Amino acid sequence: MSMRLPKALQNTSLVVGLAISLAIILCAIFAPYVATHGVEQMDMRNRFATPSLEHWLGTDNFGRDLWSRLVFGARISLTIAIISVVCSALIGTVVGLVAGYFGGWVDQLLMRITDIFLGFPAIVLALAIVAVLGPGVLNVSFAIIVVAWTEYARVVRSTTLVLREQNYVQAARALGASPARIIFKEVLPNALGPIIVLASLGLGTAIISESALSFLGFGLPPPTPTWGWTLAYGTKFMRDAPWLSIISGATIMVTVLGFNLLGDGLRDVLDPRQLSRGGAKAAKAK
Amino acid sequence: MVAYIVRRLLLLIPMAIGMVVVTFGLLLLIPGDPASVLLGQDATPEAIANLRNALGLNDPWYIRLWDYFAALLQGDMGRSIFQNQPVAEIIYGRIGATIELAVVALLLATIIGLTLGVVAAIRQGSWVDTLTMLFAQLGVSMPVYWLGLLLMLLFAVQLGWLPAIGRGVPLHEAVLAALTGRPQILWDSLTHMALPALALAANSAAIISRLVRASMLEVLREDFVRTAYAKGLRRGRVVVRHALRNALLPVLSVIGLRFGALLGGAVITESIFAWPGLGQLTIAAISQRDLPLIQGIVLTFAIVFALVNLVVDLLYAAVDPRIRLG
Repeated sequence: MSMRLPKALQNTSLVVGLAISLAIILCAIFAPYVATHGVEQMDMRNRFATPSLEHWLGTDNFGRDLWSRLVFGARISLTIAIISVVCSALIGTVVGLVAGYFGGWVDQLLMRITDIFLGFPAIVLALAIVAVLGPGVLNVSFAIIVVAWTEYARVVRSTTLVLREQNYVQAARALGASPARIIFKEVLPNALGPIIVLASLGLGTAIISESALSFLGFGLPPPTPTWGWTLAYGTKFMRDAPWLSIISGATIMVTVLGFNLLGDGLRDVLDPRQLSRGGAKAAKAK
Repeated sequence: MVAYIVRRLLLLIPMAIGMVVVTFGLLLLIPGDPASVLLGQDATPEAIANLRNALGLNDPWYIRLWDYFAALLQGDMGRSIFQNQPVAEIIYGRIGATIELAVVALLLATIIGLTLGVVAAIRQGSWVDTLTMLFAQLGVSMPVYWLGLLLMLLFAVQLGWLPAIGRGVPLHEAVLAALTGRPQILWDSLTHMALPALALAANSAAIISRLVRASMLEVLREDFVRTAYAKGLRRGRVVVRHALRNALLPVLSVIGLRFGALLGGAVITESIFAWPGLGQLTIAAISQRDLPLIQGIVLTFAIVFALVNLVVDLLYAAVDPRIRLG
């Protein structure tokens, strides 16, 4: 888990991923200052304006500024992504720790439940859940969490299976520490690496899921400027103003790319096996 | 091997029961009275009472769950609220198109992913490797609906090479037609299939290529590869016969898992390209909040995915003795 900062900064994926992710997060936090126009501010004389100095990414059929809508849309996408990643990570980590540490029938039961949820195509189950619960930030987040926690559970379980055999865990057990203490004080801190990597990759997946729900018309209702809905709305004007959909989609892709690169970079930096492999690669190249 | 197959089949039973419980649980998630929620504000008290009866909402949940199980065992998934047809019949009419799309996309993804992964691995560190991995990174990050729109804009709207929406004759019928001297029918099916299948395949192709590259790089460092080179074998033969064969093992299980993702992705792709499959049906069912139909579709997706995984596991066990004996 320990890493030296200069070494981490040599990892291109990590640096590029971090730069993109931070830029998007800062845009979302400071949206009122970064946006050049109001989200719903109409300018009927400037309908379907192409990207210019006044409207950086152009305007839609009501003359609304696309850049400003995307900046405010980032708040919604990131809020839903962060809520779903934090909750999925919490649920999955606890399930994985308990299953991996106790083993036996507890492990069997928890992993079979995990397999059941993993067996549903994520977007199908998410759509069904939003259909019965209705739209809303928490409902959309819940729909994403229902499937997303399973990946954390599987990874944390396999990490815990290795960690529980380590000497320091055996020593803590011999000293009479309670299972809860061992799990949270000894095992969890050493399983944090994979969880952080998964969370970073999970932010990208959650953004894609949320925007897919919005694209299909089951996300937050208009006029909320979600990225998926802005993209879907742009498809109506694909012939006259194709940039509306192209730029909205590119925004989603760059954001997801940022979190994916960050996750890949973190995996390289936090996983000693990858590091040694990288070392072997470098040695071979020489 | 027989013992492994039996064990794997037995594991499918609790999994299927669990999936039925989750699907049934969707009804329990609805806040308030499901019948009034499903029918909307304008529903008459009589219609609500009828739907309560049809959904069995007057019984306690455990009786309803039992009835749901009993009906499913007889192939009865209930009746669609809005289409007034058995759910199983509606799904049966649509599932072929979705499976066809997913299978073609899986084939495309596997061919593209394998090719790119192998090329990147044997040219590790070169511009080919960098370009391939850049493609893979973009493919993983690109939303399927956006790629679909871009493909449609370029190949259907701008260039006019391919049809933008719809489906030709089912592929197996088109192949038969081509064999009986009507190749234009097959051509029509393939041109309709091209854009949705490519849009659906891109993400999986990217994931498979990254995995094949990593797996190939590991195998290319193994002693038996060095031995094969030392024996004087040609590079192509070493890569294909020795390295790729071993590198494919971990990739096989992921290709199976991708099928589930492709089924999910098909929901979005079908809605963009008006592909008349289960995905388009899902969107219609969800727009109408047709719960029995939604439940039937969700369960069908899960069962198809579970069966595909079973087949992949059995294939995996057939090629790798460590799995079935371990």
